[in-house]
Amino acid sequence: MLIPKNYANQMRSRILVKVVESFYKDRFETADEIPIEMRPKDYDSSRCCIYKDRAILKYRMMAAMGFTPQDETNEAKQLKDYGKEALKRQNHAKSCLAVIDIACSACVKSQYMVTDACRGCFARPCVMNCPKQAISIVHGRSHIDPSLCVSCGKCMEVCPYHAIVKLPVPCEEACPVGAIRKDEFGVEHINEDTCISCGKCLQSCPFGAIVERSQLVDVLNLIHNSDKKVVAMLAPAIVGQFPFEIGQVVGALKKAGFDDVVEVAAGADVTSKNEAAEFIERMNEGKNFMTTSCCPAYYRAAKVHIPELAPFVSNTKTPMYYAAEMLKKEQPDCVSVFVGPCLAKRTEAEYDPNVDYVLTFEEIGAMFVGAGIEIGDCEAQEFAKVSSAQGRNYPLSGGVAGAVGNLVDGKVDFRPERIDGLSKENIKLLKKYATKGSENNMIEVMCCEGGCVAGPGCIALAKKAARQIETYVAQGTNQKDMK
Amino acid sequence: MEKIQVKLCAGTACFVMGAPQIQALEFAAPSDIADKIEVKEVRCMNHCSQGQGYNKGPFVEINGEVIQEATLEKVVAKVRELIAKEEEKSC
Ligand code: FES
Repeated sequence: MLIPKNYANQMRSRILVKVVESFYKDRFETADEIPIEMRPKDYDSSRCCIYKDRAILKYRMMAAMGFTPQDETNEAKQLKDYGKEALKRQNHAKSCLAVIDIACSACVKSQYMVTDACRGCFARPCVMNCPKQAISIVHGRSHIDPSLCVSCGKCMEVCPYHAIVKLPVPCEEACPVGAIRKDEFGVEHINEDTCISCGKCLQSCPFGAIVERSQLVDVLNLIHNSDKKVVAMLAPAIVGQFPFEIGQVVGALKKAGFDDVVEVAAGADVTSKNEAAEFIERMNEGKNFMTTSCCPAYYRAAKVHIPELAPFVSNTKTPMYYAAEMLKKEQPDCVSVFVGPCLAKRTEAEYDPNVDYVLTFEEIGAMFVGAGIEIGDCEAQEFAKVSSAQGRNYPLSGGVAGAVGNLVDGKVDFRPERIDGLSKENIKLLKKYATKGSENNMIEVMCCEGGCVAGPGCIALAKKAARQIETYVAQGTNQKDMK
Repeated sequence: MEKIQVKLCAGTACFVMGAPQIQALEFAAPSDIADKIEVKEVRCMNHCSQGQGYNKGPFVEINGEVIQEATLEKVVAKVRELIAKEEEKSC
């Protein structure tokens, strides 16, 4: 299970706010004071000492400015200079997840451990059942030889005293595609070629050692230091992210400097329509099943890690794609900023010429706080487009398949199935469907468990946000009844 | 015993600074305190607006006492402390 927000990732919100504050205050001129201000001399350090805390805070601030720890070539380079560099760049840095090596605690590698509860019994099922003969009896107790152990877990299963435990490495456990691995010093590294940018490692690391390049400074800079029109495209999961009426959130975004705000749920309606047509066509061609394609982390996982699934993945584009296409048709000169719960959207946007920047809900939240905007004081404003009930339901698990089913409308047999959360097990399951076929013919895959409301860029509790979305869905009209 | 009043700030600053995690109290409070508290979400209580006060958020008021940089853990500890005090008084 992912740890819900905790101290480690709460820190990220604080840092983002600090960076916004520093942007407004003096364009990062005094940014180097922030780590010291946050960890003054008499403060109880979170790690070994305040000096290490400060060093890590510097890396966190760099990430919020769009640099990973690996971008550091000169240790003496100050935050002020990173800030200046960020303000000068024309295009945002390529999105990527990275590990702050000095923050990674290098969790122990050996996955299984014999505890003191071992009684050195006569039966010794652990020794018997170990397929690698990695277990022997040392000083009257079982002992696992880490050089032989392959972490199959058989010993743990068979021990009658439950004396063998699994020591997980949270990030490796959470990564569904094995893209995060230890180096010879035990420190984790992310493989950029296989990473699907889902953000599960970032959510699960108890030391908050994983960061991601933000585009926040780039957007702030565009808003305040250019005469370009900057338009926010709000993902449907926005409803429920702030405890205010959605119209007020739109008002707050305008106050923060966005020239216009559009609803991506309107793009979701196009996705539903095209995906329903595609589904009907594929079923009539006699295909076994089709999967959704709007979750970018899943889409990339299918491409890179489950190639046998490729012919079954829908070719329909995502709500973001259609929303951006509509926007750029109407306002070709604007800068489009997708605002959502998702980190993988940043990678998707890199291949989409109509999406210029991607921010998370957490980042716009930080923008409000750093600029002193109270959403509750903002006047409620209308969304530019009106979406259907189905489009609004996309961020909840089952929402996409539901929207497609609504439009398939009995024209062909429709048997939906939800893959709620892209875990290692579910990847295996999808592989099986690709090779052996599936009983159901519409497979909706959401990388985040619960749907986009549980995405790594969210701030609200998923449970509460889901309730607010349900209310908003109930106020929408059925897509079938719209012209 | 009167219920302990817990006011969770759900203003923008407190919300971004981590108030949602404390909202878990509304449906998953530890069983020893669940029926002894009354949890209310309130609008900005203006603790955030002095200077850069929001950096000290989220704010929670428990029987009128302000907790800054509140976390679920801190709030639960404070409530337990108040309950223990009450019980001491009544015996
Ligand atoms: S937002 Fe909580 S005190 Fe202002």
